[in-house]
Amino acid sequence: MTAQLPDNQSWRKGSIAETVDWEKLRNDFPILQRQVNGHPLAYLDNAASAQKPWQVKEAEQALYDHYYANVHRGVHTLSQEGTDAFEEARAWVASFINAPEKEEVIFTKGTTDGINLLAYTFGLDYLKPGDEILLTGMEHHANIVPWQLVARRTGAVIKVVPVLENGTLDLESFDKLLSEKTKLLSMVWVSNSLGTINPVDYMVQKAKSLGVPVLLDAAQAAPHLAVDVQALDVDFLVFSAHKVIGPTGFGVLYGKRKWLEKLPPFMGGGDMIDQVRFEETTFNALPHKFEAGTPHISGAIGFCAALKFLAQIGMDRVAAREQALGELCRTKLREAFPELRFIGEAPERVAVVSFLLGEAHPYDVGFILDKEGVAVRTGHHCCQPLMDRFKIPGTVRASFAFYNKESEIDQLIAALAKAQKMLLP
Amino acid sequence: MSYPSIQEIGDEIVEEFSWFSSWEEKYEHLIEMGRQLPIIDEAYKTDDRLVRGCQSRVWLHAESEDQRVVFRADSDAIITKGIVALLVRALSHQPAEDIVRSDLSFIDTIGLKAHLSPTRSNGLVSMIQQMKQYAGSQLNH
Ligand SMILES: Cc1ncc(COP(=O)(O)O)c(C=O)c1O
Repeated sequence: MTAQLPDNQSWRKGSIAETVDWEKLRNDFPILQRQVNGHPLAYLDNAASAQKPWQVKEAEQALYDHYYANVHRGVHTLSQEGTDAFEEARAWVASFINAPEKEEVIFTKGTTDGINLLAYTFGLDYLKPGDEILLTGMEHHANIVPWQLVARRTGAVIKVVPVLENGTLDLESFDKLLSEKTKLLSMVWVSNSLGTINPVDYMVQKAKSLGVPVLLDAAQAAPHLAVDVQALDVDFLVFSAHKVIGPTGFGVLYGKRKWLEKLPPFMGGGDMIDQVRFEETTFNALPHKFEAGTPHISGAIGFCAALKFLAQIGMDRVAAREQALGELCRTKLREAFPELRFIGEAPERVAVVSFLLGEAHPYDVGFILDKEGVAVRTGHHCCQPLMDRFKIPGTVRASFAFYNKESEIDQLIAALAKAQKMLLP
Repeated sequence: MSYPSIQEIGDEIVEEFSWFSSWEEKYEHLIEMGRQLPIIDEAYKTDDRLVRGCQSRVWLHAESEDQRVVFRADSDAIITKGIVALLVRALSHQPAEDIVRSDLSFIDTIGLKAHLSPTRSNGLVSMIQQMKQYAGSQLNH
């Protein structure tokens, strides 16, 4: 169970020496063998949530069958074994994002939970009337609404970096919007609706040069790119395990120790305390200070298995494989449907392909694709301000994972041809 | 003028759909019905007539005419609009109490029940609720 933690380079390169047999790897994901409406499932909704390899399920099952107990609490053997495995998961997550210390890794319920934790700790404690929170025009609602709630309570003001027509950020505006009034830059690394990879190196450095702390929403970055919080020099970074082939209801908040020490706890309860007196309670050390109550133990165990799976492949190979699929999809779509409009054509992008088929409503297109076994997401993708920016109700979004295959792109094209025939007279 | 009952219209729709064997034919017919739905006056497409559903928008206007309830509706998604057309065809120009009591099981019979699932978030479930609510409010007058 105690496989060696990969170093930064190994996370990129992967531990298997030979070239990856992607078709074979696909067999590790049992759900992909499924039929939907009489067709083989083409699962192209990976940006919403990724499928899980059997190794994740097996790890959770082993926990429940052999060493399940509450963690951090008991003297007995099971509790000790459970706690060891739980903390091993933390070490793997720390290694995955290259965090300097594993105590800087806080387990959460997911991206949304992590952002809310910061909004109600950093936000309420550090924001004063007139202070500015800088967001971008391509944020997920999870990185908009918590800040609006906090702004309402603190009198802080939200500023937004505009999005250009091709789906990239307007960096000239960014440079101007960032000022001594800015108290936080909270932004998405990779857009879930456009696929745009934002120039975080530049933006984080720029913010840091003005002493502005940065929170990165890595929900769509962590599944597809190598993450290195030290190289990025971000103060906070959040993501969800379920998008990284791990379990639902589990996620990660990375924070620099200097911040996590300073911030007040978010929720109170068991595990997060040192001494409780009715006069005064002192708080537990990191990371426990931010993990009140019994945690999602099986989530941590399952996610650890997911990370071990990814460590074999290596994130560079994951990225390259997905890149190839995404670009092939765009090329084939462009050839087959000249009237198709891509929403988001940033030069730097992941394999998220958002589009509109002529005048057809995304909902109708998605419905017909489903009849043909193709699972895509349709709608505003929890980015209403971004859809308003493009003056569209939503898009059809095909998003890829490394376990997708080329023939699924052909299945998508064939299903779209049917949708076109039925919907566009 | 005499109108067939909701039950009779439902039976008629079931009969119509029994001609189709594939889902494509069925949906092509549904889409065609959507296209033929009398277009709601743009003036009626206001936010207060909007039935909220996450994915597609549905507008519903109701009024009373000669002891009957008349519905006009539209949607920005054509498949949703097809179902909207079915509902308007069955429920418009019916007595309020028949609308309140209607079970709309014909939708199930023709295999389109999935569209009325509360988890579809296409606005159709709330649309039916609002149609019945409006009819109910007319009964109390
Ligand atoms: C960019 C981005 N941020 C935040 C979230 C929210 O993640 P979760 O629902 O797992 O909390 C998502 C998920 O869709 C996302 O894509």
